Amino acid sequence: MNIILETRGVSKFYGAFCALDNVSIAIRNDERTAIVGPNGAGKTTLVNLLTGLHLPSKGAVYFKGEDILGANPINLAERGLARAFQLVHIFPKLTVGETIAAAIVTRQRKRWNLFSSLARDSAVARRIEEIAKIFALESRINTESQLLSQGEKKLLDVASAFALDPEVILLDEPTSGISTSEKHRIMKTLIAAAERANVKAMILVEHDMDLVATYSDRIIALAEGKVLADLPPKEFFADPKVIETVVGKLRAV
Amino acid sequence: MSSRAAVLLAIFGVLALAVVPWLAPPFYASLLISFFAYAIALLGFNLLFGYGGLLSFGHAMFLGFGAYGTAIVSGVLGIKSFEVALIAVVIGAAIAAAPIGWLCVRYTGIFFGMLTLAFGMLFHSFLFKFYYVTGGDSGMRIPRMNILGLELAQYNKISFLAGPFYYYCLALLVIAGLIMWRIVHSPFGLHLRALRDNPRKAEYLGVRVREFRLVAFVISSVFAAAGGAILGLRIGLADPELVYWTHSGQLVFMTVLGGFTNFFGPILGALAFTLLQDQLQSLTQYWRFVLGAILALLVIGFPTGIAGLIRNYNWRRVAAT
Repeated sequence: MNIILETRGVSKFYGAFCALDNVSIAIRNDERTAIVGPNGAGKTTLVNLLTGLHLPSKGAVYFKGEDILGANPINLAERGLARAFQLVHIFPKLTVGETIAAAIVTRQRKRWNLFSSLARDSAVARRIEEIAKIFALESRINTESQLLSQGEKKLLDVASAFALDPEVILLDEPTSGISTSEKHRIMKTLIAAAERANVKAMILVEHDMDLVATYSDRIIALAEGKVLADLPPKEFFADPKVIETVVGKLRAV
Repeated sequence: MSSRAAVLLAIFGVLALAVVPWLAPPFYASLLISFFAYAIALLGFNLLFGYGGLLSFGHAMFLGFGAYGTAIVSGVLGIKSFEVALIAVVIGAAIAAAPIGWLCVRYTGIFFGMLTLAFGMLFHSFLFKFYYVTGGDSGMRIPRMNILGLELAQYNKISFLAGPFYYYCLALLVIAGLIMWRIVHSPFGLHLRALRDNPRKAEYLGVRVREFRLVAFVISSVFAAAGGAILGLRIGLADPELVYWTHSGQLVFMTVLGGFTNFFGPILGALAFTLLQDQLQSLTQYWRFVLGAILALLVIGFPTGIAGLIRNYNWRRVAAT
């Protein structure tokens, strides 16, 4: 198993506040890694560092063995690292097909084609349909994104990330704001999509311990900016102390 | 809008414009020359505003580039070919817009607007103060020029504007429209709309947000310069008023009037504004007041402009009655 994404001794300070303290994690190929932790544990900070949105105060991040210091999200998207957001991030006035096409254009390196017709590009059209089908959005291709239901918006957000054909996909609470009954359906869709799209590693930032237990191969728990545990689910859920910190007493599994 | 509907609309529009010199007095045909100039400029302006989400308050600067560039080519250098002037101002505007845009697109929203306004006013005071270079408030004369190598000496000024030059500008508008249609429907155009709607998300899909804003800025400046060249030749003068911020505001007005969410909106806006201004000016000296009232009404009641009104109007009900 190869390490595809790695942090070495990463710290992040916001003024005097230490959001991440000397965190070293390694995400391996062919693994679904869940990052868990209570609010304020540093999950989002870690994700922002992993995707090049912010620079670490100390330490380094490696993607496919390369130091990605100074690489921005655009650059990482091209290299094969995609991210879907915790809060729904869509383009309100773009249709579903156009949203997916935006990622395909990047992937197929067509962004500087100033005068070619996108509508007549069959390679793009074919890929839009493939992606839309995987995410059960094929009947919505010509619908404006702002008219979708909350669940569909979420799927579209993730679908557009998948359309980059990434090697690593980072999903920040992919099921937040979605009804419990739909959560499993969406997770199954995502995992099936990841397999079909040859995604090598999937990183899941999640609050819902039920989903984490069901869908991850490995759990990294953060607390107060430090790595509290880095274990397979079985051992993770066998450790009452870890569970208490991460989930709190009320929701002990 | 489907492309078939767009093609039909465009063909109808071009035909309607083509018969104007036959039906209307020469004054109206020459008035429409400024419509052509504004329409071409606004096609570019709306790439930046409607498609890219950046509202420039200094865009008249590039109209000025076009007019002053033409004055230099014809008046100073003595080159009489209008095509040479067009090519020169287009290249010149692109070269000038690159560094200005590079600074401006680092900001968005009101800060972008203020920065473009500042550059516009900077250029205005340059034109105003450097009397020996620019002629100051009296501007620079633009002598009559050749089109397509033809001198057309048999026409006087008004019949030249209402005749050959009218069709020449109509052709330029069609060419500019076709180019812009391709741009907004290209992969580049899609990425531009994506970054307008949500720049953060766009970055994560590999959209080069800042670079694309800059490219849109440069393209829009080029269109504005071409429009400025036409405007200058019609008036026969390049003067600092062209660059004054109220003229930039006029460009924004036209775009909002026509509707910036529609490809043809700015063209409709340019037409409506040109005719409206002419009518109002002959009716009352308080024409600016009326225009202001119309703008307020539009923003409150019809934010999608004329194009939006036409589009949302219930045509079927009209057909049934």
